Amino acid sequence: MKKGRFGIHGGQYIPETLMNAVRELEEAYDHYKADPQFNAELAGLLNEYAGRPSRLYYAGRMTKELGGAKIYLKREDLNHTGAHKINNVLGQVLLAKRMGKTRVIAETGAGQHGVATATAAALMEMECEVFMGEEDTKRQALNVYRMRLLGAKVHAVSEGTGTLKDAVSATMREWTNRIEDTHYVLGSCMGPHPFPTIVRDFQSVISKEIRQQILDKEGKLPDAVLACVGGGSNAIGAFYHFIPDPGVKLIGCEAAGRGIDTAETAATLSTGRIGIFHGMKSYFCQDAYGQIAPVYSISAGLDYPGVGPEHAELYDTGRAQYVAVTDDEAVHAFEYLSRTEGIIPAIESAHAVAYAMKLAPQMEKDRILVVNLSGRGDKDCAAIARYRGEELYE
Amino acid sequence: MSKILNVFAGKKAFIPFITCGDPSLEVTEQLVYAMAGAGAGMIELGIPFSDPTAEGPVIQAANLRALSGGVTTDKIFDMVARLRKHTQISLAFMTYANVVFSYGTERFVRQAAELGMDGLILPDVPFEEKEEFDGVCRRHGIDLISLIAPTSHERIRMIAKEASGFVYCVSSLGVTGMRSEITTDIGAMVRLVKEEKDIPCAVGFGISTPEQAARMASLSDGVIVGSAIVKLCGEYGRDCVLHVSNYVKAMSEAVAGA
Repeated sequence: MKKGRFGIHGGQYIPETLMNAVRELEEAYDHYKADPQFNAELAGLLNEYAGRPSRLYYAGRMTKELGGAKIYLKREDLNHTGAHKINNVLGQVLLAKRMGKTRVIAETGAGQHGVATATAAALMEMECEVFMGEEDTKRQALNVYRMRLLGAKVHAVSEGTGTLKDAVSATMREWTNRIEDTHYVLGSCMGPHPFPTIVRDFQSVISKEIRQQILDKEGKLPDAVLACVGGGSNAIGAFYHFIPDPGVKLIGCEAAGRGIDTAETAATLSTGRIGIFHGMKSYFCQDAYGQIAPVYSISAGLDYPGVGPEHAELYDTGRAQYVAVTDDEAVHAFEYLSRTEGIIPAIESAHAVAYAMKLAPQMEKDRILVVNLSGRGDKDCAAIARYRGEELYE
Repeated sequence: MSKILNVFAGKKAFIPFITCGDPSLEVTEQLVYAMAGAGAGMIELGIPFSDPTAEGPVIQAANLRALSGGVTTDKIFDMVARLRKHTQISLAFMTYANVVFSYGTERFVRQAAELGMDGLILPDVPFEEKEEFDGVCRRHGIDLISLIAPTSHERIRMIAKEASGFVYCVSSLGVTGMRSEITTDIGAMVRLVKEEKDIPCAVGFGISTPEQAARMASLSDGVIVGSAIVKLCGEYGRDCVLHVSNYVKAMSEAVAGA
């Protein structure tokens, strides 16, 4: 297999200007991932600062109400900054620091990755600039303020659809403009090699912990692991250490938006086809001429027309299954989990909760489902209230 | 033998870029005739892409204008077929990997070759990924143009060795767009290329004035200008042809005199 490929997917489809930067990153990563001192420092940050390991919580009321498989929630929402994003960011910013970089830039959709990057930059004394689609700065105004409070500069990206894909493009453009002192902290398992591998490795702490925790609690592996998929970083993190176990079903939940039979969807694997964009070969929502589609989801974090190349490969080989969950189903799950377990999930994570609600009742009671609860939902409350017709001012 | 080499035979070339379909394919066709008449050595035809990550704001906006006007790859092929009845000026397509890949790389390149296109420029296909496109291009006699950048350093030799047609020297960091000054040592980049291979080098990104063009041409074999021309197309719309023609004439003269 060619370097940086997952089956036919992945690669490095980027301007020549960036090639030495990604090569330098790859060399640094290959060096530091085997460096005990780097790993000890990262483990220290993950444990003492981010609050790892995150809990694997048995959702007893939900399990009882649904009347099927036992449901466990992997509580990534309890991490510092409120989502799984911090796992990757601490690793990348620490790496950037080792590489002698003094400035980090990042794209963000819902704002969770931007907040995590701004947080790590504050902690490690780095300059930080975050690019966020203009539409998303409105949907997630609170996160914009959090980033500014943490000392980051936030750029509202008005090009294109003003959402996550345009934020990624703007950050790539900024990186070609200033490379020497700057590291691009890519937030998902996507983009050119080595990003999909680096992000997956830093997020794979999730499945490493789930594996140990479920063996401790149940003495066996789960029957299925569910996670929402936009670019796919929390999902690849939750899947990774289960890939060699054929008995563990891996289920990625994409955002169907208003439905996969409408144009207002972001379900890449259900509706897209293979293409080349944002540095990688993978599946993309696009028209007959390869123009990238203006996708839609209520969730700013899943509102992306592509998917990471390792998911594309897991899809091609059938090792993972990908399902589409609509806005309506996700909002219902958002409310359901809040009422039933007293846990307000991120609207992104609610997509995985929604599919678990469908799946669990069809399974025997001795079966086990693990849902990766990738983030907390405080940031979404105003938007969900508006979705339900209630005007709420933050 | 690459047809593009003729463009640089015994002279320095001015290479204008326009986005097909901005403001319309009829105007694009007229622009090609006018620019050929005004002294352009070769013309880059941009096939618009929804998310052109190597472009600055001027060409980004042109891409979106063209796409919202309904331009497609097939309509652009039809236009090239029309204009090939009237002009034999050297032509290269400049677009993004996904436009070619999603059309079917083999089908795209075969049709482009049949239409009499000479080159293909894909800014998001670096050396490491070029084989997937270059193999097909070579079979059909189209030059896949290699790019080098101010950050390429030791990569320049490797890239030059396998380059065909000409080498596109990216003058500055960042995306396309006009710049008040260019600080990269273009002469050194060009010398590195020539040490490896006897191939023309044209400089692009950030050039807009005849003075800049003359200076860049004195260090290389040609000058590529996009944003300054696309800006005229945006400003004057359907009436842009004369403005572009005058500009190309001034730039071509500056390059030829260098």
